[in-house]
Amino acid sequence: MQEQERNKRYNAYVEAKIAKTHAWPSLFNSFWVGGLICTLGQLINDLILLWFPSVSTQSAWTYTLIILIFLASLLTGIGVFDKIGAFAGTGTIVPITGFSNSIASPALEFKNEGIIFGMCAKMFIIAGPVIVSGTVASMIVGLIYLFL
Amino acid sequence: MKIRRQNQTVFFKNEPKIIGHYSIVGPKEGKGNLRKYFSEINKDDDLFGQKTYEKAERVMIERALDGAIKDSNLKYDDIRLVMAGDLLNQIISSSYAARSFDIPYVGVFGACSTMVEALALSACLVDGGHFDTIACATSSHFSTAERQFRFPLELGNQRPPTSQWTVTGAGSDIVSIKGSGPKILCATFGKVTDYGINDVNNMGAAMAPAAMNTLVTHFKDTNTSPKDYDLILTGDLGKLGSEILIDLMEDKGYKLGLNYKDCGQIIFKRNQDVLMGGSGCGCSATVFNSIIMKKLLSGEYKKVLFMATGALLSTTSSQQGDTVPGIAHAVVVEGVKNE
Repeated sequence: MQEQERNKRYNAYVEAKIAKTHAWPSLFNSFWVGGLICTLGQLINDLILLWFPSVSTQSAWTYTLIILIFLASLLTGIGVFDKIGAFAGTGTIVPITGFSNSIASPALEFKNEGIIFGMCAKMFIIAGPVIVSGTVASMIVGLIYLFL
Repeated sequence: MKIRRQNQTVFFKNEPKIIGHYSIVGPKEGKGNLRKYFSEINKDDDLFGQKTYEKAERVMIERALDGAIKDSNLKYDDIRLVMAGDLLNQIISSSYAARSFDIPYVGVFGACSTMVEALALSACLVDGGHFDTIACATSSHFSTAERQFRFPLELGNQRPPTSQWTVTGAGSDIVSIKGSGPKILCATFGKVTDYGINDVNNMGAAMAPAAMNTLVTHFKDTNTSPKDYDLILTGDLGKLGSEILIDLMEDKGYKLGLNYKDCGQIIFKRNQDVLMGGSGCGCSATVFNSIIMKKLLSGEYKKVLFMATGALLSTTSSQQGDTVPGIAHAVVVEGVKNE
Protein backbone atom coordinates (compact mmCIF):
# COMPACT_ATOMS: atom_id res chain seq x y z
CA MET A 1 0.00 0.00 0.00
CA GLN A 2 2.77 2.36 1.05
CA GLU A 3 4.70 1.39 -2.04
CA GLN A 4 1.77 2.18 -4.31
CA GLU A 5 1.48 5.59 -2.69
CA ARG A 6 5.21 6.20 -3.20
CA ASN A 7 5.06 5.11 -6.85
CA LYS A 8 2.05 7.30 -7.50
CA ARG A 9 3.84 10.29 -6.03
CA TYR A 10 7.00 9.52 -7.99
CA ASN A 11 5.10 9.20 -11.27
CA ALA A 12 3.36 12.51 -10.66
CA TYR A 13 6.71 14.12 -9.85
CA VAL A 14 8.30 12.74 -13.05
CA GLU A 15 5.32 13.84 -15.11
CA ALA A 16 5.76 17.39 -13.82
CA LYS A 17 9.50 17.25 -14.39
CA ILE A 18 9.32 16.36 -18.09
CA ALA A 19 9.87 19.45 -20.18
CA LYS A 20 6.67 20.28 -21.99
CA THR A 21 6.90 20.09 -25.75
CA HIS A 22 5.36 22.79 -27.85
CA ALA A 23 2.68 21.40 -30.11
CA TRP A 24 2.45 24.29 -32.56
CA PRO A 25 5.88 24.12 -34.27
CA SER A 26 5.53 20.39 -34.93
CA LEU A 27 1.90 20.79 -36.00
CA PHE A 28 3.00 23.52 -38.40
CA ASN A 29 5.64 21.25 -39.97
CA SER A 30 3.14 18.38 -40.18
CA PHE A 31 0.63 20.67 -41.84
CA TRP A 32 2.81 22.06 -44.59
CA VAL A 33 4.67 18.84 -45.40
CA GLY A 34 1.41 16.89 -45.38
CA GLY A 35 -0.16 19.55 -47.58
CA LEU A 36 2.79 19.41 -49.94
CA ILE A 37 2.45 15.63 -50.31
CA CYS A 38 -1.28 16.00 -51.07
CA THR A 39 -0.55 18.73 -53.62
CA LEU A 40 2.05 16.47 -55.23
CA GLY A 41 -0.59 13.73 -55.41
CA GLN A 42 -3.05 16.09 -57.06
CA LEU A 43 -0.34 17.19 -59.53
CA ILE A 44 0.43 13.58 -60.46
CA ASN A 45 -3.30 12.91 -60.88
CA ASP A 46 -3.80 15.95 -63.13
CA LEU A 47 -0.74 15.13 -65.23
CA ILE A 48 -1.95 11.57 -65.80
CA LEU A 49 -5.32 12.87 -66.97
CA LEU A 50 -3.59 15.48 -69.14
CA TRP A 51 -1.07 13.17 -70.80
CA PHE A 52 -3.25 10.07 -71.07
CA PRO A 53 -6.78 11.33 -71.83
CA SER A 54 -8.05 7.76 -72.33
CA VAL A 55 -7.47 6.93 -68.62
CA SER A 56 -10.64 7.15 -66.51
CA THR A 57 -10.67 9.33 -63.38
CA GLN A 58 -11.03 6.24 -61.19
CA SER A 59 -7.91 4.61 -62.70
CA ALA A 60 -5.96 7.87 -62.49
CA TRP A 61 -6.50 7.86 -58.70
CA THR A 62 -5.18 4.32 -58.49
CA TYR A 63 -2.11 5.20 -60.55
CA THR A 64 -1.48 8.26 -58.37
CA LEU A 65 -1.54 6.11 -55.22
CA ILE A 66 0.81 3.58 -56.80
CA ILE A 67 3.25 6.34 -57.73
CA LEU A 68 3.14 7.85 -54.22
CA ILE A 69 3.66 4.43 -52.63
CA PHE A 70 6.59 3.81 -54.95
CA LEU A 71 8.18 7.19 -54.16
CA ALA A 72 7.86 6.68 -50.39
CA SER A 73 9.36 3.18 -50.60
CA LEU A 74 12.18 4.47 -52.75
CA LEU A 75 12.94 7.26 -50.28
CA THR A 76 12.81 4.71 -47.44
CA GLY A 77 15.23 2.48 -49.29
CA ILE A 78 17.78 5.21 -49.85
CA GLY A 79 17.51 6.30 -46.21
CA VAL A 80 15.86 9.69 -46.67
CA PHE A 81 12.29 9.07 -45.54
CA ASP A 82 13.09 8.61 -41.83
CA LYS A 83 14.65 12.08 -41.78
CA ILE A 84 11.62 13.67 -43.45
CA GLY A 85 9.37 11.72 -41.05
CA ALA A 86 11.30 12.85 -37.98
CA PHE A 87 10.82 16.44 -39.15
CA ALA A 88 7.21 16.29 -40.31
CA GLY A 89 5.68 13.65 -38.02
CA THR A 90 2.01 13.14 -38.86
CA GLY A 91 2.49 15.08 -42.09
CA THR A 92 4.13 12.05 -43.68
CA ILE A 93 2.31 9.36 -41.67
CA VAL A 94 -1.29 10.25 -42.52
CA PRO A 95 -0.98 10.23 -46.35
CA ILE A 96 -0.40 6.85 -48.02
CA THR A 97 3.36 7.58 -47.89
CA GLY A 98 3.38 6.68 -44.18
CA PHE A 99 1.75 3.33 -44.89
CA SER A 100 4.30 2.59 -47.58
CA ASN A 101 7.16 3.51 -45.25
CA SER A 102 5.75 1.37 -42.44
CA ILE A 103 5.87 -1.68 -44.75
CA ALA A 104 9.17 -0.94 -46.46
CA SER A 105 11.17 -0.12 -43.33
CA PRO A 106 10.63 -3.42 -41.46
CA ALA A 107 11.14 -5.29 -44.75
CA LEU A 108 14.59 -3.70 -44.98
CA GLU A 109 15.32 -4.21 -41.30
CA PHE A 110 14.47 -7.90 -41.16
CA LYS A 111 15.79 -8.87 -44.59
CA ASN A 112 18.83 -10.44 -42.95
CA GLU A 113 16.65 -12.91 -41.04
CA GLY A 114 15.72 -14.61 -44.32
CA ILE A 115 13.19 -13.91 -47.06
CA ILE A 116 10.23 -15.91 -45.67
CA PHE A 117 10.33 -15.64 -41.88
CA GLY A 118 12.38 -12.46 -41.91
CA MET A 119 11.22 -10.07 -44.60
CA CYS A 120 7.82 -11.48 -45.58
CA ALA A 121 6.66 -12.25 -42.03
CA LYS A 122 7.90 -9.13 -40.31
CA MET A 123 6.97 -6.72 -43.08
CA PHE A 124 3.64 -6.14 -41.34
CA ILE A 125 4.74 -5.61 -37.73
CA ILE A 126 3.79 -1.94 -37.92
CA ALA A 127 1.22 -1.84 -40.72
CA GLY A 128 -0.49 -5.05 -39.56
CA PRO A 129 -2.86 -3.37 -37.08
CA VAL A 130 -3.84 -0.84 -39.76
CA ILE A 131 -4.71 -3.60 -42.21
CA VAL A 132 -6.66 -5.54 -39.56
CA SER A 133 -8.68 -2.54 -38.40
CA GLY A 134 -9.32 -1.54 -42.02
CA THR A 135 -10.64 -5.00 -42.82
CA VAL A 136 -12.79 -5.17 -39.68
CA ALA A 137 -14.20 -1.71 -40.35
CA SER A 138 -15.16 -2.64 -43.91
CA MET A 139 -16.83 -5.82 -42.63
CA ILE A 140 -18.92 -3.80 -40.18
CA VAL A 141 -19.88 -1.32 -42.90
CA GLY A 142 -20.74 -4.25 -45.18
CA LEU A 143 -23.03 -5.73 -42.53
CA ILE A 144 -24.76 -2.40 -42.03
CA TYR A 145 -25.38 -2.12 -45.79
CA LEU A 146 -26.73 -5.67 -45.84
CA PHE A 147 -29.43 -4.90 -43.30
CA LEU A 148 -30.32 -1.40 -44.45
CA MET B 1 41.53 -14.18 5.59
CA LYS B 2 38.27 -12.47 6.24
CA ILE B 3 36.82 -10.18 3.63
CA ARG B 4 35.49 -6.97 5.11
CA ARG B 5 31.92 -6.45 4.09
CA GLN B 6 29.32 -3.97 5.12
CA ASN B 7 25.70 -4.40 4.10
CA GLN B 8 25.89 -4.15 0.32
CA THR B 9 29.48 -2.98 -0.01
CA VAL B 10 32.52 -5.22 -0.44
CA PHE B 11 35.93 -3.76 0.44
CA PHE B 12 39.01 -5.07 -1.33
CA LYS B 13 42.21 -5.41 0.64
CA ASN B 14 44.49 -7.01 -1.93
CA GLU B 15 44.27 -4.03 -4.27
CA PRO B 16 42.80 -5.29 -7.55
CA LYS B 17 43.91 -2.88 -10.27
CA ILE B 18 42.77 -1.90 -13.73
CA ILE B 19 45.94 -2.55 -15.68
CA GLY B 20 44.61 -2.14 -19.20
CA HIS B 21 41.67 -0.46 -20.90
CA TYR B 22 40.29 0.14 -24.38
CA SER B 23 37.33 1.93 -25.92
CA ILE B 24 35.97 1.72 -29.45
CA VAL B 25 33.11 3.82 -30.83
CA GLY B 26 31.14 4.43 -34.00
CA PRO B 27 30.98 7.52 -36.23
CA LYS B 28 28.43 9.56 -34.25
CA GLU B 29 30.24 9.13 -30.92
CA GLY B 30 33.47 9.95 -32.77
CA LYS B 31 32.05 13.38 -33.51
CA GLY B 32 30.99 13.96 -29.90
CA ASN B 33 32.63 15.65 -26.96
CA LEU B 34 35.08 12.87 -26.17
CA ARG B 35 36.48 12.27 -29.68
CA LYS B 36 40.02 13.05 -28.50
CA TYR B 37 39.94 10.40 -25.78
CA PHE B 38 38.63 7.19 -27.38
CA SER B 39 41.19 4.49 -28.19
CA GLU B 40 39.62 3.80 -31.57
CA ILE B 41 36.98 5.55 -33.65
CA ASN B 42 35.41 3.98 -36.69
CA LYS B 43 34.81 7.22 -38.54
CA ASP B 44 32.62 6.22 -41.46
CA ASP B 45 31.26 2.72 -40.99
CA ASP B 46 28.93 1.72 -38.19
CA LEU B 47 28.78 -1.77 -39.74
CA PHE B 48 32.50 -2.25 -39.04
CA GLY B 49 32.84 -4.04 -42.38
CA GLN B 50 30.19 -6.63 -41.45
CA LYS B 51 26.93 -7.64 -43.09
CA THR B 52 24.66 -7.04 -40.09
CA TYR B 53 24.74 -4.67 -37.13
CA GLU B 54 24.67 -7.64 -34.73
CA LYS B 55 27.91 -8.90 -36.26
CA ALA B 56 29.33 -5.38 -36.06
CA GLU B 57 28.67 -5.30 -32.32
CA ARG B 58 30.61 -8.54 -31.88
CA VAL B 59 33.53 -7.10 -33.79
CA MET B 60 33.51 -4.12 -31.42
CA ILE B 61 33.76 -6.37 -28.34
CA GLU B 62 36.51 -8.44 -29.96
CA ARG B 63 38.51 -5.34 -30.77
CA ALA B 64 37.93 -3.86 -27.31
CA LEU B 65 39.13 -7.05 -25.60
CA ASP B 66 42.10 -7.29 -27.95
CA GLY B 67 43.00 -3.65 -27.37
CA ALA B 68 42.72 -3.87 -23.58
CA ILE B 69 44.87 -7.00 -23.44
CA LYS B 70 47.50 -5.25 -25.60
CA ASP B 71 47.25 -2.14 -23.43
CA SER B 72 48.02 -4.21 -20.34
CA ASN B 73 51.12 -5.67 -22.05
CA LEU B 74 49.88 -9.18 -21.34
CA LYS B 75 49.49 -12.21 -23.57
CA TYR B 76 46.21 -14.05 -24.14
CA ASP B 77 47.48 -16.90 -21.97
CA ASP B 78 47.77 -14.54 -19.01
CA ILE B 79 44.04 -13.80 -19.02
CA ARG B 80 42.26 -16.33 -16.85
CA LEU B 81 38.69 -15.31 -17.54
CA VAL B 82 36.63 -13.13 -19.86
CA MET B 83 33.56 -11.57 -18.28
CA ALA B 84 31.26 -9.77 -20.68
CA GLY B 85 27.66 -8.78 -21.31
CA ASP B 86 25.49 -6.66 -23.58
CA LEU B 87 21.90 -5.72 -24.31
CA LEU B 88 20.88 -8.16 -27.00
CA ASN B 89 18.71 -11.20 -26.25
CA GLN B 90 20.76 -14.01 -24.69
CA ILE B 91 23.76 -11.62 -24.70
CA ILE B 92 24.81 -12.89 -28.12
CA SER B 93 27.32 -10.12 -28.81
CA SER B 94 29.47 -11.07 -25.82
CA SER B 95 29.17 -14.83 -26.15
CA TYR B 96 29.86 -14.81 -29.89
CA ALA B 97 32.81 -12.48 -29.38
CA ALA B 98 34.17 -14.78 -26.65
CA ARG B 99 34.03 -17.62 -29.18
CA SER B 100 37.08 -16.21 -30.90
CA PHE B 101 39.16 -16.18 -27.70
CA ASP B 102 40.67 -19.31 -26.24
CA ILE B 103 39.87 -18.14 -22.70
CA PRO B 104 37.17 -19.29 -20.22
CA TYR B 105 34.12 -17.05 -20.42
CA VAL B 106 31.38 -15.91 -18.08
CA GLY B 107 28.43 -13.93 -19.43
CA VAL B 108 26.88 -11.31 -17.19
CA PHE B 109 23.77 -9.21 -17.65
CA GLY B 110 22.82 -6.03 -15.86
CA ALA B 111 21.43 -4.11 -18.83
CA CYS B 112 23.28 -0.78 -19.04
CA SER B 113 24.95 -1.39 -15.66
CA THR B 114 26.93 -4.32 -17.07
CA MET B 115 30.29 -2.51 -17.17
CA VAL B 116 30.29 -1.81 -13.44
CA GLU B 117 28.74 -5.19 -12.66
CA ALA B 118 31.61 -6.91 -14.51
CA LEU B 119 34.22 -4.67 -12.88
CA ALA B 120 32.82 -5.31 -9.40
CA LEU B 121 32.55 -9.08 -9.88
CA SER B 122 36.02 -9.24 -11.42
CA ALA B 123 37.45 -7.28 -8.51
CA CYS B 124 35.79 -9.71 -6.07
CA LEU B 125 37.18 -12.77 -7.87
CA VAL B 126 40.63 -11.24 -8.22
CA ASP B 127 40.72 -9.96 -4.65
CA GLY B 128 39.61 -13.32 -3.32
CA GLY B 129 42.57 -14.92 -5.03
CA HIS B 130 40.53 -17.09 -7.37
CA PHE B 131 41.81 -15.55 -10.58
CA ASP B 132 44.78 -13.27 -11.04
CA THR B 133 43.69 -11.51 -14.22
CA ILE B 134 40.22 -11.03 -15.67
CA ALA B 135 39.17 -9.17 -18.82
CA CYS B 136 35.75 -7.48 -18.69
CA ALA B 137 33.93 -6.00 -21.64
CA THR B 138 30.53 -4.69 -22.67
CA SER B 139 29.06 -3.15 -25.78
CA SER B 140 25.95 -1.67 -27.30
CA HIS B 141 25.04 -0.64 -30.81
CA PHE B 142 22.42 1.93 -31.74
CA SER B 143 21.05 -0.08 -34.65
CA THR B 144 20.82 -3.43 -32.83
CA ALA B 145 19.14 -1.83 -29.81
CA GLU B 146 16.64 0.01 -32.01
CA ARG B 147 15.77 -3.21 -33.82
CA GLN B 148 15.30 -5.16 -30.58
CA PHE B 149 13.58 -2.57 -28.41
CA ARG B 150 12.04 0.00 -30.73
CA PHE B 151 11.21 0.49 -34.39
CA PRO B 152 12.93 -0.26 -37.70
CA LEU B 153 15.68 2.23 -38.47
CA GLU B 154 14.09 3.64 -41.62
CA LEU B 155 10.64 4.18 -40.10
CA GLY B 156 9.73 7.87 -40.36
CA ASN B 157 8.63 8.36 -36.75
CA GLN B 158 9.43 11.06 -34.21
CA ARG B 159 11.37 10.17 -31.06
CA PRO B 160 9.67 11.05 -27.77
CA PRO B 161 11.40 14.00 -26.03
CA THR B 162 12.39 11.87 -23.01
CA SER B 163 14.12 9.19 -25.09
CA GLN B 164 17.86 8.62 -25.23
CA TRP B 165 20.27 7.61 -27.96
CA THR B 166 21.96 4.20 -27.62
CA VAL B 167 25.72 4.57 -27.87
CA THR B 168 27.50 2.54 -30.53
CA GLY B 169 30.62 1.43 -28.76
CA ALA B 170 32.40 -1.10 -26.60
CA GLY B 171 34.77 -0.81 -23.69
CA SER B 172 37.05 -3.28 -22.00
CA ASP B 173 39.12 -3.38 -18.81
CA ILE B 174 41.75 -5.79 -17.54
CA VAL B 175 41.43 -6.31 -13.78
CA SER B 176 44.46 -7.88 -12.16
CA ILE B 177 46.21 -8.39 -8.87
CA LYS B 178 49.58 -7.85 -10.57
CA GLY B 179 50.85 -4.83 -12.49
CA SER B 180 50.04 -1.20 -11.90
CA GLY B 181 47.07 1.04 -12.53
CA PRO B 182 44.08 2.61 -10.81
CA LYS B 183 42.98 0.50 -7.83
CA ILE B 184 39.43 -0.67 -7.24
CA LEU B 185 38.81 0.06 -3.54
CA CYS B 186 35.30 -1.23 -2.99
CA ALA B 187 32.11 -2.19 -4.77
CA THR B 188 28.49 -1.64 -3.81
CA PHE B 189 25.97 -4.06 -5.29
CA GLY B 190 22.54 -2.55 -5.77
CA LYS B 191 19.03 -3.83 -5.26
CA VAL B 192 16.41 -3.99 -7.98
CA THR B 193 14.31 -0.89 -7.47
CA ASP B 194 10.97 -0.18 -9.11
CA TYR B 195 9.07 3.04 -8.60
CA GLY B 196 6.34 2.12 -11.05
CA ILE B 197 7.45 3.90 -14.22
CA ASN B 198 6.09 2.11 -17.27
CA ASP B 199 7.13 4.51 -20.00
CA VAL B 200 9.85 2.63 -21.92
CA ASN B 201 10.90 5.90 -23.48
CA ASN B 202 11.79 7.37 -20.12
CA MET B 203 14.61 5.18 -18.87
CA GLY B 204 16.20 7.99 -16.88
CA ALA B 205 13.19 8.27 -14.60
CA ALA B 206 12.92 4.48 -14.29
CA MET B 207 16.57 4.08 -13.25
CA ALA B 208 17.04 7.14 -11.04
CA PRO B 209 15.47 5.54 -7.89
CA ALA B 210 17.84 2.56 -8.20
CA ALA B 211 20.75 4.98 -8.53
CA MET B 212 19.59 6.86 -5.43
CA ASN B 213 19.20 3.62 -3.49
CA THR B 214 22.69 2.35 -4.31
CA LEU B 215 24.29 5.75 -3.79
CA VAL B 216 22.73 6.28 -0.36
CA THR B 217 23.68 2.73 0.69
CA HIS B 218 27.20 3.32 -0.57
CA PHE B 219 27.66 6.54 1.38
CA LYS B 220 26.31 4.87 4.54
CA ASP B 221 28.39 1.70 4.12
CA THR B 222 31.62 3.56 3.45
CA ASN B 223 30.89 6.40 5.82
CA THR B 224 31.59 8.96 3.11
CA SER B 225 29.71 11.86 1.57
CA PRO B 226 29.58 13.21 -2.01
CA LYS B 227 32.39 15.69 -1.41
CA ASP B 228 34.86 12.89 -0.61
CA TYR B 229 35.02 12.05 -4.31
CA ASP B 230 36.67 13.94 -7.14
CA LEU B 231 34.00 12.62 -9.41
CA ILE B 232 30.71 10.80 -9.02
CA LEU B 233 29.88 9.34 -12.39
CA THR B 234 26.57 7.71 -13.30
CA GLY B 235 26.15 5.56 -16.38
CA ASP B 236 23.30 6.66 -18.57
CA LEU B 237 20.64 8.47 -16.59
CA GLY B 238 20.60 11.21 -19.21
CA LYS B 239 19.53 14.78 -18.61
CA LEU B 240 16.16 14.08 -17.01
CA GLY B 241 17.37 11.09 -14.98
CA SER B 242 20.32 13.03 -13.53
CA GLU B 243 18.09 15.90 -12.53
CA ILE B 244 15.75 13.44 -10.83
CA LEU B 245 18.70 11.77 -9.07
CA ILE B 246 19.90 15.13 -7.75
CA ASP B 247 16.38 15.81 -6.40
CA LEU B 248 16.03 12.33 -4.87
CA MET B 249 19.45 12.60 -3.21
CA GLU B 250 18.60 15.99 -1.81
CA ASP B 251 15.51 14.41 -0.31
CA LYS B 252 17.77 11.93 1.49
CA GLY B 253 20.06 14.67 2.72
CA TYR B 254 22.92 14.36 0.23
CA LYS B 255 23.87 17.20 -2.06
CA LEU B 256 25.36 16.25 -5.42
CA GLY B 257 27.44 19.19 -6.56
CA LEU B 258 29.71 20.02 -9.46
CA ASN B 259 31.60 16.74 -9.02
CA TYR B 260 28.56 14.83 -10.23
CA LYS B 261 28.48 13.91 -13.93
CA ASP B 262 26.55 11.51 -16.13
CA CYS B 263 28.19 9.60 -19.00
CA GLY B 264 25.04 9.93 -21.11
CA GLN B 265 25.20 13.68 -20.87
CA ILE B 266 28.89 14.14 -21.67
CA ILE B 267 29.40 11.72 -24.55
CA PHE B 268 27.43 13.61 -27.20
CA LYS B 269 27.34 17.26 -28.14
CA ARG B 270 24.13 19.15 -27.64
CA ASN B 271 23.57 19.65 -31.35
CA GLN B 272 23.79 15.93 -32.14
CA ASP B 273 20.04 15.45 -31.77
CA VAL B 274 20.20 12.87 -28.98
CA LEU B 275 17.45 14.39 -26.81
CA MET B 276 18.18 13.34 -23.19
CA GLY B 277 21.67 12.02 -24.04
CA GLY B 278 23.41 8.71 -24.58
CA SER B 279 22.44 5.32 -23.16
CA GLY B 280 23.32 1.65 -23.43
CA CYS B 281 26.06 -0.55 -22.01
CA GLY B 282 28.54 1.09 -24.34
CA CYS B 283 27.80 4.54 -22.93
CA SER B 284 29.34 4.06 -19.49
CA ALA B 285 31.92 1.59 -20.85
CA THR B 286 33.35 3.96 -23.45
CA VAL B 287 33.23 7.09 -21.30
CA PHE B 288 34.94 5.35 -18.37
CA ASN B 289 37.57 3.73 -20.59
CA SER B 290 38.46 6.95 -22.35
CA ILE B 291 38.49 10.26 -20.50
CA ILE B 292 37.99 8.91 -16.96
CA MET B 293 40.73 6.27 -17.17
CA LYS B 294 43.12 8.81 -18.72
CA LYS B 295 42.51 11.20 -15.82
CA LEU B 296 42.80 8.40 -13.25
CA LEU B 297 46.12 7.35 -14.77
CA SER B 298 47.44 10.90 -14.85
CA GLY B 299 46.43 11.40 -11.23
CA GLU B 300 44.03 14.24 -12.02
CA TYR B 301 41.25 12.24 -10.40
CA LYS B 302 42.20 10.70 -7.07
CA LYS B 303 38.94 9.00 -6.18
CA VAL B 304 36.11 8.30 -8.56
CA LEU B 305 32.77 6.75 -7.68
CA PHE B 306 31.62 5.04 -10.85
CA MET B 307 28.02 3.85 -10.78
CA ALA B 308 26.21 2.48 -13.82
CA THR B 309 22.46 2.06 -13.92
CA GLY B 310 20.44 -0.44 -15.88
CA ALA B 311 16.78 -0.87 -16.81
CA LEU B 312 15.94 -4.54 -16.42
CA LEU B 313 13.10 -4.80 -18.89
CA SER B 314 12.48 -6.90 -21.95
CA THR B 315 10.21 -6.21 -24.90
CA THR B 316 7.85 -8.90 -23.62
CA SER B 317 7.53 -7.40 -20.14
CA SER B 318 6.92 -3.92 -21.49
CA GLN B 319 4.36 -5.10 -24.06
CA GLN B 320 2.51 -6.87 -21.26
CA GLY B 321 2.29 -3.56 -19.46
CA ASP B 322 4.80 -4.26 -16.71
CA THR B 323 6.74 -1.44 -15.08
CA VAL B 324 10.46 -0.89 -15.64
CA PRO B 325 12.67 -2.03 -12.74
CA GLY B 326 16.07 -0.43 -12.39
CA ILE B 327 19.39 -1.50 -10.93
CA ALA B 328 22.63 0.29 -10.09
CA HIS B 329 26.03 -1.01 -9.08
CA ALA B 330 28.95 1.15 -7.98
CA VAL B 331 32.71 0.82 -7.71
CA VAL B 332 35.23 3.24 -6.23
CA VAL B 333 38.39 3.60 -8.27
CA GLU B 334 41.47 5.30 -6.90
CA GLY B 335 43.70 7.24 -9.29
CA VAL B 336 47.40 6.58 -9.70
CA LYS B 337 49.44 8.62 -7.24
CA ASN B 338 52.23 10.63 -8.71
CA GLU B 339 55.11 11.00 -6.30
